[in-house]
Amino acid sequence: MTGTGYAEILRLVMPETIVVIAAFLVLAVDRFFLTQAGTRVRFTVAAAIAVVGCGGSLARLWMAPQHAFLTEGMLVVDPLSNLVQAALLILTILAVLLAVESRFTEHVGEYVLLMLMATAAMMFLVSSENVLVIFLSLELLSLSLYVLTAFSKSSIQSAEAGVKYFLFGGMSAAFMLFGLSLLYGLSGSISLSGIASAIGPHGLDPMLMVALVMTVIGFGFKVAAVPFHLWAPDAYQGAPAPSASLIAAGSKVASFVIFAKVLMIGFAGAEGSAAWRAYAAGYVPVVAVVAAASMVLGNLAAIAQSSLRRLLAYSAMAHAGYMLLALAAHTSESVASLIYYVFTYGLTTVGAFGVVAAVETETGSDKLSDFNGLSRRAPLLSLCTLVFLLSLAGIPPLAGFFGKFFLFAAALQSGMGLLWLVILAIAMSAVSLYYYLRVLKGIYVADPPASAGPLRVPPLNLTVLCLIALAVVLLGAAPGWLLRLIENAVSAR
Amino acid sequence: MLAWTIYISFLGVAVQMLLPGKAVRASRALALLTAAGSFAATLAGWARHPGGELATIVRVPWIPSLGIEYHLAADGISITLLLLTGLVAIAGVLFSWNIDHRTKEFFAFYLALIGGVYGVFLSFDVFLLFVFYEIAIIPKYFLIATWGSTRREYGAMKLAIYSFVGSAMVLVGVIAAYVVAGAHTMNLLELSKVAFPVHFQMWAFPLVFVGFAILAGLWPFHTWAPTGHVAAPTGASMLLAGVVMKLGAYGCLRVAMALFPRGMDPWGFRVLGFGSWRGVFALLALIGIVYGAMVALVQKDFKFVIGYSSVSHMGFVLLGLMTLRQIGMAGAVLQMFSHGVIAGLLFAVVGRMVYDRTHTRDLDELGPMRLGKTLPFAATVFVLAGMASMGLPGFSGFVAELQVLMGAWQAFWPLVPCAGLGIVVGIAYTWRAMQKAFFADAGEGRAIAAHALPPITLPEEAGAAILLAASIAAGLFPQVLLKLILPALNSPLFDGLRRGSWQ
Repeated sequence: MTGTGYAEILRLVMPETIVVIAAFLVLAVDRFFLTQAGTRVRFTVAAAIAVVGCGGSLARLWMAPQHAFLTEGMLVVDPLSNLVQAALLILTILAVLLAVESRFTEHVGEYVLLMLMATAAMMFLVSSENVLVIFLSLELLSLSLYVLTAFSKSSIQSAEAGVKYFLFGGMSAAFMLFGLSLLYGLSGSISLSGIASAIGPHGLDPMLMVALVMTVIGFGFKVAAVPFHLWAPDAYQGAPAPSASLIAAGSKVASFVIFAKVLMIGFAGAEGSAAWRAYAAGYVPVVAVVAAASMVLGNLAAIAQSSLRRLLAYSAMAHAGYMLLALAAHTSESVASLIYYVFTYGLTTVGAFGVVAAVETETGSDKLSDFNGLSRRAPLLSLCTLVFLLSLAGIPPLAGFFGKFFLFAAALQSGMGLLWLVILAIAMSAVSLYYYLRVLKGIYVADPPASAGPLRVPPLNLTVLCLIALAVVLLGAAPGWLLRLIENAVSAR
Repeated sequence: MLAWTIYISFLGVAVQMLLPGKAVRASRALALLTAAGSFAATLAGWARHPGGELATIVRVPWIPSLGIEYHLAADGISITLLLLTGLVAIAGVLFSWNIDHRTKEFFAFYLALIGGVYGVFLSFDVFLLFVFYEIAIIPKYFLIATWGSTRREYGAMKLAIYSFVGSAMVLVGVIAAYVVAGAHTMNLLELSKVAFPVHFQMWAFPLVFVGFAILAGLWPFHTWAPTGHVAAPTGASMLLAGVVMKLGAYGCLRVAMALFPRGMDPWGFRVLGFGSWRGVFALLALIGIVYGAMVALVQKDFKFVIGYSSVSHMGFVLLGLMTLRQIGMAGAVLQMFSHGVIAGLLFAVVGRMVYDRTHTRDLDELGPMRLGKTLPFAATVFVLAGMASMGLPGFSGFVAELQVLMGAWQAFWPLVPCAGLGIVVGIAYTWRAMQKAFFADAGEGRAIAAHALPPITLPEEAGAAILLAASIAAGLFPQVLLKLILPALNSPLFDGLRRGSWQ
């Protein structure tokens, strides 16, 4: 238990450390050398440092993968955590690159610093199996995200979004802390496996149920599952686009992975069953109910939206519902399919917010009518949007379809009991095509406003968006590669 | 060689997108070249596999961890439908020659749709088949919503949602079959050998069958078809009625019936007089035949007449499949080919030759224009196509529907007189439309002089000639196609079907 020196710890958390160092470097350079420069230069330099930092961290993960399990699960470094961290870094790099051209703030150094701090928090989050560290990382992540959401000082919507996000977030953090402390009281342990081995033999007592529900509420908030979703539409709408994409993509990936870990490791033995007419108490029925509610409400509410950001928020709930299906199935295949799904979903969402940002800078809003005739004004950007939205709708051969297929197949493989939930999910994804097509109809079918000329998209943004679109197509057309990577990582645990 | 049908089509899409927006002529020529190239590839493939047995074309692992393969294979049924796709695609491009609004985008979507269709007909891996099936949905939407006419956005969305709901049902069935089989494969042949539990087949069969049959226009899920066909631009209506509805019927035969043959077994009890899913679907198909014809009889809009006639004719396909007799099923496949060609031709006459010139499809307004005099070519083509559609001997429809009825007579003879009624009504509505649109007495209404209407162009004549020739050839020499179809029906894929209720 002892014998792990600080040098050893530092070696193990090298990827996180690199990101944190990059974060402070960004702040220092911006504060001391670039006070006179324009926003664009400052953003470019900050983004360059951030990208180099994240890239260095990625290289470290790739070249020297570590393997360790420190005291009480404080730090768990294994192929799975390495893989998820790499995915988080990629998503952050993309979000930072898409932020370079934005003009919403003067405080460039602080903004990029917070994005990197959030990334570091997510990386710590996914490499821990200890409730204390999990809670601390979640708080670091959440606090960074609150500030990032409210960062556009000139926009009242941004402030509103920040406050809403903060209030709901604070509340759910309290719930989660309560749940976790009950768990500690029941088991006398703060490591997930310790908790599981202590509570396992006793089965489900009422206190454990309370702890379970509290924990699900806490994480349900993070992943924007219904009925803990109320912050999402406002946060998605008000936050500056790069913050929104970080909330929608990176934070989602990290939260889902840790949610899966907490349930599957911490509550092992308390699964229960949500099978049709074979119900048994446990976490599976809780998750199944939340999943069903998220799919139904998310998809139906998205139909009524007239703002693309809000539409993406409701569709995010729907996708959270599909992904919760993997938790309800709780097998190693379903975890693999969850990671594939959430990563490709994150990638797609970053792209979608990149498009929103590009159109917003030109037209000033994200109303669906502002996208009318976009295919005539910016053909390449429209093609990217087509790829992103169809992938979200689950049309092959794009990544979103394969994600859904793996997920549903894995859910059924865990037993035919979840068939009702799979049928609901597939039916609801048929509904989702309607609202995605409605956006695409505006882009491809409607005529552009008479006065509108070609839409100017900064070359860097366009390049990044095309790369993301290409990745979405490739991950869809040849998913075997990523899937093998994930399956190896999951089975290596 | 056959795989090139898919590759050429998607290559065509890519090149279309790279063309400059102004290059309208190049875009048309390229589309024609692409469609013709795919057809040539089909002919070459036919020459290589003239027997109609199952032949694997490409087979490489795709997603090994799930046992999914990129597996293309063709048998006589696929080749028949590939030939149909090629013919209709070429004719469709010819009848879209006058598209000058966003031309390259039109042809890009058009070719993407064709590519997806070729893919479905060639896939031998259920997963791959599903992928191509869904790829075909999106271009349809944009083709109709952008270049269509009457209520185009409504028709397009309805079509897309119906297709997607159908494919969602198929997806549930396919995933469940994959999991229940536990064989770690999506290969059609392997899955058809798996003895699924009967109670599983009893719900999976109707689910997957209806999922596909929605696209084949099974009553009462047919309502997308008339609105979609009417809203679509001519080339797209031709593809929709000619080819896309066949995707549904093909899926019914190739996936639903081949994988879950015992789903058609008797239930062991009777509900409302029905003893099995087979009886239920046969009756629905029959209702489609009669209902479609009846509704076509009272339409005011010329294109709706053809739209509902498609529902009626596709009913014969589904009825033929449900007979589970060799002659009935062969007739069903032949009817797919026949209806594809004839419906394509009818839509071409109505949409391109008549509507694009007169800008009305109202039968009462068309009458006074004396189109029989002013557009004699259109009138002639419509009369011929109408004769084919009525099922007169010498045209493809006759052989096909006759075989279906013979099969139906063996399987469930009480239905046959009703189907016969459908045919009689079919004669009536075709006659009525022909009379009202082309040969009505010119009353005191507005008569339009001959010179006011632009003459029929060369591409239209060529397209009409191709489709007419195909229908007559298939009517006079059905043996050519039957030689492809019959061995395919005897292939090991349908072993389960033959062991079951097949007689």
